[in-house]
Amino acid sequence: MFDHRDDDDCERMTPSRRAVLGAAGALFAWSFVPKFAYAAAGARDPRFVVVVLRGALDGLSAVPPIGDPGYAALREGIALGKDGPEAALPLDGFFYLHPAMPNLARLYGRGQAAIVHAAATGYRERSHFDGQDVLESGQPGPGHTASGWLNRLLASLPAGESIARKGVLGVGVVPPLVVRGDAPVLGWAPPRMARAGSDLAMRLADLYAQRDPGLSAALQQAVETEGLAQRHGMEGKTGGGGPDSAEGMRRIAAGAAGLVGADDGPRIAALAFEGWDTHANEGGAKGRLANLLGGLDGAFAAFETGLAPVWKDTVVMVVTEFGRTAAVNGTVGTDHGTGTVAFLVGGAVKGGRMIADWPGLNPEQLYQNRDLKPTTDIRAVAKGVVADLFGLSGPVLAEKVFPGTGDLKPVQGLVV
Amino acid sequence: MAETGNLTAGGIALQRFGLGARPGQGEAMRREARDRLLAEVAAGSAPQPQGVPFPGVAEIGRALFAFADEQKREREAKSAAAPAASPESQGMPPQAEQGTAGPNPAGRSEMAQPAKPQPKEPALPFRTYRDEVKARVDLALAAETGLCERLTLFWSNHFCVSVAKSNIGRMMAGVYEREAIRPHVFGRFEDLLLAAESHPAMLDFLDNRESIGPNSPAGRRRGRGLNENFAREIMELHTLGVSGGYSQEDVTNLARILTGWTMAGRDGRLGFPGSFVFNPGLHEPGATPLLGRAYGQPDLAQGVAALTDLAHHPATAQFIATKLVRHFVADDPPSRLVELLAATFRRSEGDLPSVYRALINSDDAWKAPATKMRSPQEFLLASYRATGLKPNFGQILGPLAAMGQPFWQPPGPNGYADTNAAWASAEGLKTRIDVAAGWGRQAANAVPDPRGLADDILGPMLSAETRQAVARAESRPQAIALLLMSPEFQRR
Repeated sequence: MFDHRDDDDCERMTPSRRAVLGAAGALFAWSFVPKFAYAAAGARDPRFVVVVLRGALDGLSAVPPIGDPGYAALREGIALGKDGPEAALPLDGFFYLHPAMPNLARLYGRGQAAIVHAAATGYRERSHFDGQDVLESGQPGPGHTASGWLNRLLASLPAGESIARKGVLGVGVVPPLVVRGDAPVLGWAPPRMARAGSDLAMRLADLYAQRDPGLSAALQQAVETEGLAQRHGMEGKTGGGGPDSAEGMRRIAAGAAGLVGADDGPRIAALAFEGWDTHANEGGAKGRLANLLGGLDGAFAAFETGLAPVWKDTVVMVVTEFGRTAAVNGTVGTDHGTGTVAFLVGGAVKGGRMIADWPGLNPEQLYQNRDLKPTTDIRAVAKGVVADLFGLSGPVLAEKVFPGTGDLKPVQGLVV
Repeated sequence: MAETGNLTAGGIALQRFGLGARPGQGEAMRREARDRLLAEVAAGSAPQPQGVPFPGVAEIGRALFAFADEQKREREAKSAAAPAASPESQGMPPQAEQGTAGPNPAGRSEMAQPAKPQPKEPALPFRTYRDEVKARVDLALAAETGLCERLTLFWSNHFCVSVAKSNIGRMMAGVYEREAIRPHVFGRFEDLLLAAESHPAMLDFLDNRESIGPNSPAGRRRGRGLNENFAREIMELHTLGVSGGYSQEDVTNLARILTGWTMAGRDGRLGFPGSFVFNPGLHEPGATPLLGRAYGQPDLAQGVAALTDLAHHPATAQFIATKLVRHFVADDPPSRLVELLAATFRRSEGDLPSVYRALINSDDAWKAPATKMRSPQEFLLASYRATGLKPNFGQILGPLAAMGQPFWQPPGPNGYADTNAAWASAEGLKTRIDVAAGWGRQAANAVPDPRGLADDILGPMLSAETRQAVARAESRPQAIALLLMSPEFQRR
């Protein structure tokens, strides 16, 4: 369906969308340093996918610091070991990887995955929802949910740039906050319903254009993504698990990869996986968290496959709102904490390494005697990645994309 | 002209505070909108769904334990074969589980599950969920204005539990709404809070069944301890709000205070299996401070006192007022209206009908433009009310799951989102169109004249453009879909 819209990008732009892009261009005029690595002939056409793990991933189980003498005692009942049939996968001799993540281990071995440990945003309370808002809004504190940092990143690119024109993809019926904002947002979710005929959508587009600018803009975006998905053969498969199941994670990743990998598709996308709030019976090498990590690992494989032609220009960044308590709680799970891990995966990642200023796990080394102390700011990592991938300057990053982070230097050398 | 204006305002109000018109309700209802809404508050009791599979938690507890025993026996009997997802292991089953465990929901491709030689009656927890959903939807479709049902949806989402948590959650989400929410929708917030926090469905959902006082008899014996999930969400999501002025220490202390609040086990030692009990063997002994006050009461009374004080905390009044105004009026809640409701909440000591009356009587609430998108659940209920059809369970679950709001299955303990950013997205709108197309096909025979239906349901709210789009539709199903997707039907 929607074939009638299947002409080139410029032709398809509506007046309202031109206005949006015009506004972005105006912002660019004062904030952007016009020097882009990718603008040169034969330069990189980057792909950047952000995966938000909702519920607070336990970094100490995903990437256990088995070399730390404090680890095993803190993690009684769920600690992973170096040996045996369910051994964790070796990374650098100190850090290991959860055995449910063989794909990530393989990518790490090939130099295409880097793991940041003891990482967090600047948020130091323990509310999931505020923590996610800070992570996704890119603002210094909670309470700002008007736009997300990926959207402002896009709005900071020059309006004529094809990356800016192609919009940012928000996967899911409810798009993640990180992509929301003024720049064009495309939506996609694995289809679950029989599709309506295109004639109905055209009539509604006409009605909304006359009566309701908000619905009109949303429908326009939907129509564009629909056409894109159809051109790349992604329609027709319904059913499957949700974003808190291994199968759902794989399908969502495969779908997002199909759109982001397309020549005429968006270059930037965000999606969310759920279910990481492991308060009880978290499990060790097997169990609840292991199932979720296996799903995430399957998503990495789906990205690698779906983005194969552009894998060398791809960075997938996996982040979560905060970590979990260093010690297990009374119910063989972990409560809300602070420091955790972030993953950088893709052919454009300078990988095969751990990025960690390890704080240690002795009681006095923990944050508030309870959580892994954060020593790397996730926003500095994100700034480093997007500075290298998109050629954005420090001031733009510190003012627009992650406001109020002038003191937070982008981490250098994350991208090949 | 003034008359038309009042009728339009009445029509918007019935969508804002209720579930939209049923055929034939039309003008009389719009003319008397405010009186009818206030009369529903004055009546002061929420009806209960009929035809539910189990009357209460005790019956569900018995059935649940019997079901677990039966599952265990079956597993043992065929222990050689690979067991298909045992109920005990389903800590967090996949979100779309109901799609495969239950009957094929309407709208899903028949090709999606060709391999399974079913169709077998689904397992007890799913059956129970199915029948509870059907019963509560039937009630909402029959309601006069739908105000009470909207308030029930609001509080059920504020104090949410999830069927995805466990078999207890799947079996009890419906009875939780019937026992903990409905009786207090027109009561005092304090009673609503206590009923919600002491329901086994909530204690299971937020892990309090497993939280053990480190110095309790069980804590000393087993070396297990606190789980602070329940305590944190009570303060962050149910009462004070995240900026309500509590600390990490308060979270841990409230967790101590609430140790022992649990569900009676199968042995029935402390109470009827499946029902709420206080287990002193798990309770952290001694006086515990919370928000600068010491709670030295013994046993259950300690938690009741702490929750009662939280219910009357000024931050709670502010938090509840803000959420109510955001839900019913605007994503950015007008501060004057929030202040009015918060003051009413404080002055009446959390008397909810007083708060609702202040809202419904306020011109700020009455005159605000209809900007909010109906949530998927509201959209489904309003659509079936408008067409007069009765959906079966698959026709309820399929579309709601696709649109991202199945009953009692929010993505987290903060419930479903309540803003346009969540529900008016590109992908969300596209899914609504698919859903509406299906409903148009279903209703085509029941609605001989879609133009007449548009006039009847929307009255003076119906725009010339929508009227024309409906009139010019290529078919009756398309005309109905256009009506359901029109801005004046979508927004309230």
